[in-house]
Amino acid sequence: MGWYAHTMESIESYFDFTNKVVLVTGSSQGIGAVIALAFAKSKAVTVLNFPTEKEATAAQEVLEQVKIYSSSSIAIQADVRSASSVETMVQTIIKQFGKIDILINNAGITRDQLLIRMSDNDWQSVIDINLTGTFLCTRSVIKEMMKKRYGRIISISSIIGLSGNAGQANYAASKAGIIGFTKSIAKEYGSRNITANCIAPGYIQTNMTEQLSQEVKDAFLNKVMIKRFGLPSDIAHSALFLASDLAGYITGQVMVVDGGLSL
Amino acid sequence: MDNKEILEKAKLIIADKLGIGEDEVQESKHFINDLGADSLALVDIIMSLEEAFGMEIPEEDSEKIQTVGQMVEYIAQHGK
Repeated sequence: MGWYAHTMESIESYFDFTNKVVLVTGSSQGIGAVIALAFAKSKAVTVLNFPTEKEATAAQEVLEQVKIYSSSSIAIQADVRSASSVETMVQTIIKQFGKIDILINNAGITRDQLLIRMSDNDWQSVIDINLTGTFLCTRSVIKEMMKKRYGRIISISSIIGLSGNAGQANYAASKAGIIGFTKSIAKEYGSRNITANCIAPGYIQTNMTEQLSQEVKDAFLNKVMIKRFGLPSDIAHSALFLASDLAGYITGQVMVVDGGLSL
Repeated sequence: MDNKEILEKAKLIIADKLGIGEDEVQESKHFINDLGADSLALVDIIMSLEEAFGMEIPEEDSEKIQTVGQMVEYIAQHGK
């Protein structure tokens, strides 16, 4: 047996996340909900997160699905913009499950507007949730990951963070910020066996993109090489890979999952 | 716990975190200059010592701790 014998023993076993604890922020709907379900199906103890009482019912519905595959999973209400709220959530998880192995920074919003009409609030609310939320959640889990000498931090960026987009200066800035943040974390904590990576989705069918006009949608679809819009599961599968031991040597990277849209 | 006992217990943790021999961990040694710790390793050591001695070392205090002796002294004064 040579060096090559290390791999290919049983690829399925790499996607068995039994005894792993994953927190997916903003998982009462959209991409987050599907990522959470994918981890649950891979047997991870899955912690859902939702921001306010308004999303509690939706979160419960996702939790019911999640629990079919991973019965000890829970849902926690926490506002990712608030340091104390995030800290309470993380402490609750550590108290209950003893650790957090995988953090998926997914919570995000858009407030699209041309710069010339962009209000302070349009700017701040997007930065607060998308970028500050990623910072606060990562800071909160890093100590525990350091202690355990294991961690996977996966942050959902966007191709818009790489290319920019008219009408999305706030969103693009927040998503580009996540990439710089991730690369820094990768450098700081690599020696502790903690990897940090981004996924940059392209056009994914969710409530967020549903709001776009048919004209804009058609324009996007024209540029996608794989002739369909992306599905939340396309992102979830990438997240599973980056969280698995198959991706243990990948850190500080941006995985673009856009069907070729940005080519 | 006296300083000697603290040093004995802390030695194991510090040596483990830095991947060095226990004998190298002496009170006169500077974590960064003598023992090869970087700033993150120092945070890591402090976290483990906090746990081992059941205490919290605030950020502003931990910045002042630079040698093994200072660490032992701090734990002796603030530990349970």
